[in-house]
Amino acid sequence: MSPSLAGVPKRPQPGTPRSYHFPAVHRHTLPNGVKVVVVPMPRLPIVTAMVYVDAGANADPAGEEGLALLTASSLTEGIVGCEGTPLVERFEQLGTVASVWADWEGSYARLTVLKEKVAPALALLAEVLRAPTFPVREVERLRDQRLSGLTQQLAEPRGLADERFDAFLYAPSMRYARPVGGTPQTVPRLTREGVVAFHTRHYGPATTTLVLVGDLTPEAGVQLATTALGGWAHAAARGPAVHDTAAESARRIVLVEKPDAPQSELRVGHVGVPRLHPDYLAIVVMNGLLGGFFSSRINLNLREKHAFTYGASSSFDWRRAAGPFTVGTAVKTEVTARALEEILKEIDAMRAAPPTASELALAADYLAGVFPLRFESTAAVAGTVAMAESLGVPEDFYSTYRERVRALTADEVHVAARTHLHPDRLLVLAVGDTAAVAPMLDGMGLGPVTRVAAEFDPTEGR
Amino acid sequence: MHIPIEHYALPNGLRVILSEDHATPIVAVNLWYHVGSANEREGRTGFAHLFEHMLFQGSAQVGANEHFELIQRAGGTLNGSTWLDRTNYYETLPSHQLELALWLEADRMARLLPAMTQEKLDTQRDVVKNERRWSVDNQPYGTWWERLPALCFPSEHPFHHSLIGSMEDLSEASLEDVAAFFRTYYTPDNAVLTIAGDVDPAEARQLVERHFGEIPRGTRRPALPDMSLPPTFGGRRRAVVEDAVVAPRLFLAFRIPPAGDEVWYAAYLLSAVLGSGEACRLETALVRDQAIATSANAYTYDLTKGSDLLVVDVTARPGTDPAALEAAVEREIDRMIVEGVGETERRRALALLETAWVTELQSAGSRADALSKFATYHDDPTLLNAELARYAAVSADEATAFARRYLVAENRATLLYVPQVAEGVA
Repeated sequence: MSPSLAGVPKRPQPGTPRSYHFPAVHRHTLPNGVKVVVVPMPRLPIVTAMVYVDAGANADPAGEEGLALLTASSLTEGIVGCEGTPLVERFEQLGTVASVWADWEGSYARLTVLKEKVAPALALLAEVLRAPTFPVREVERLRDQRLSGLTQQLAEPRGLADERFDAFLYAPSMRYARPVGGTPQTVPRLTREGVVAFHTRHYGPATTTLVLVGDLTPEAGVQLATTALGGWAHAAARGPAVHDTAAESARRIVLVEKPDAPQSELRVGHVGVPRLHPDYLAIVVMNGLLGGFFSSRINLNLREKHAFTYGASSSFDWRRAAGPFTVGTAVKTEVTARALEEILKEIDAMRAAPPTASELALAADYLAGVFPLRFESTAAVAGTVAMAESLGVPEDFYSTYRERVRALTADEVHVAARTHLHPDRLLVLAVGDTAAVAPMLDGMGLGPVTRVAAEFDPTEGR
Repeated sequence: MHIPIEHYALPNGLRVILSEDHATPIVAVNLWYHVGSANEREGRTGFAHLFEHMLFQGSAQVGANEHFELIQRAGGTLNGSTWLDRTNYYETLPSHQLELALWLEADRMARLLPAMTQEKLDTQRDVVKNERRWSVDNQPYGTWWERLPALCFPSEHPFHHSLIGSMEDLSEASLEDVAAFFRTYYTPDNAVLTIAGDVDPAEARQLVERHFGEIPRGTRRPALPDMSLPPTFGGRRRAVVEDAVVAPRLFLAFRIPPAGDEVWYAAYLLSAVLGSGEACRLETALVRDQAIATSANAYTYDLTKGSDLLVVDVTARPGTDPAALEAAVEREIDRMIVEGVGETERRRALALLETAWVTELQSAGSRADALSKFATYHDDPTLLNAELARYAAVSADEATAFARRYLVAENRATLLYVPQVAEGVA
């Protein structure tokens, strides 16, 4: 030790950990079938109410991709006697904004409100859920806005890379090949009639879960739920099963043209694993080490060792069927091939040997440690409970998560890498200056290189 | 809602704030240094932010990137950010690991320079250049946050130049610059340390004394120049930018009094009436009724020195004539002046603010950051608990009077993005 550090405090030892428990979850089913989940978090005088309806983009009819999202987005556009801005204004006078959206699995409505206003806010939320009028002008405005967003995305390399990656990854007949919100081909086909039909088919007490989190008791929550949704009678169907077939099973490269781009937006991956796979936790830890957080192999390599990028990460997108596994980064155009090489090396290395004890501890301690940090807010807890409901995550998952993550062995993580990383099946997609990038990749022997315009969508024409 | 606040200062000038809350066994450590891009010298734009990156490259007892690794091993999250006039560093972690965060922050505050090398500087310079490419150069409208201040502040003003910096200036930054910046600005008397969450104040005081008590205060920190400006622009300003975008986007900025001023709260209320939530005036008129825009917002920049900016930010639908967008937005501003703020829209804005306030302060990290902010800018963290009442005290008439004084044509700066004309199209 250098003499200048004499008397300087040394790295401290941790104190005694204080216990943490995921908030208690109380479940109840109303006589009409609405599931109610109440999670008391009495620290601050607010309540988050979140509705999950068991039909999302997976339930879109073929050719009408984007319908679930348009239906959900249109919920807050009208109820009998109150349409457009005045309806939004009613929520906002209660101090809340009702967020409405859909993902693959479900459709959602969520608001957070001061405790003393929860009853009127929930009554209004129930009304837009049960009896929306879907004014044609507003539905068409939202549809046109989605089309505008798709046009704008052509100039936005990050979003474009994400979307085109899925489009090239999955077989064109798979729902996952198209974004939740639909494509320039499908969105113009969406109509108010389709929206009404989707709502009639899928929104009802049997498909609905109401999650209430915050400053309320389980009894008060059930009472609120009964008042808001207890009188709802309507037969509704869940969304269908979903499939996840890949377009191809060999390595290939797709270059999407963005002339003069200073960076390549890179996506590298393959079809991943369904959420309920028994290896889930081992995959989460393995992915953590690979590229799941700052101190992961891919980020330290591409950012801190080579300075190719501002950041690089990997992720498994967890869905009912197998969502994509993706490594994502943006690198200076000139180093695109070298960055890709390093990504491939890291994927291979993860399969070649088990992680060291120190690495395993890093990933497990990080994931177990930050777990409580993820649940500071009522909205975060409500979102997690709704997600668990939509994906069928077992009841005890959150109460046992930390012990199970820490119990994983290096061998289990290694097996997860060998089983679930497939270097021979990688799709490589780059949005950037393809004229500069193509010659670099041609000689790498990674597979066929295809160059396409930003507008090219492989799902068109199916 | 009342946040418990204890605050004091060490003899070396470090201001310390403690806010106890034992609901969850986690604690947030948050350190604000009162230095940002405004303090950069000529030819060194982007240096304050590059320097922030260097603070994660180790210190006397900490290796490169070990700060990240140790906090992540402890089960925590961390980061830093640079703004025009402050830089913050923060960790949230399990509360039994509090001392680790304090040790790491103290080691770099006291002993950064022994760990600095040319190689680390070169690496972070390239990382930052990639950050610039990613967030500015390769993003639609990405240059707005350097073009807008450049348009609104005179060229000699400390807020005029780019925060992320030019590629040329980043290339010029040297290890000598790192040493000088560190010695000048990264001193305990130029910092605020906040600890919020599951913390015992008596224990925290001892830990803070142990780790920060011996760090000497700074000696030669130059004051920022006088940042005061005339109350309004005193004339129209305008810049049109051709960019690789598919839809026009208009930023319309107004000079307003600095955040924290008595009248500034009227500016906030006005911005919320215009452009916060979905039933606000701009969204109702431009997105819904006229369907000319895909998004319409208004916000304040929250600058506390000299003057602040109120910004109206509207993205048109693709294919919209930029002149039509401009005219539609200006019409709404003119209407605001003529009609004034109504009591119903005032109540809507305040109701949304109140819920957002409580929601935001659920997080220990947000409470800590807000306390550091009030201490840094206003020298009084307890203002946090009085803040909501200051917004609520603004009447509709006061907001109207504010609109008639500050939204006038002579106080508008227009930054308009228009799609590049496609090349080679027959």
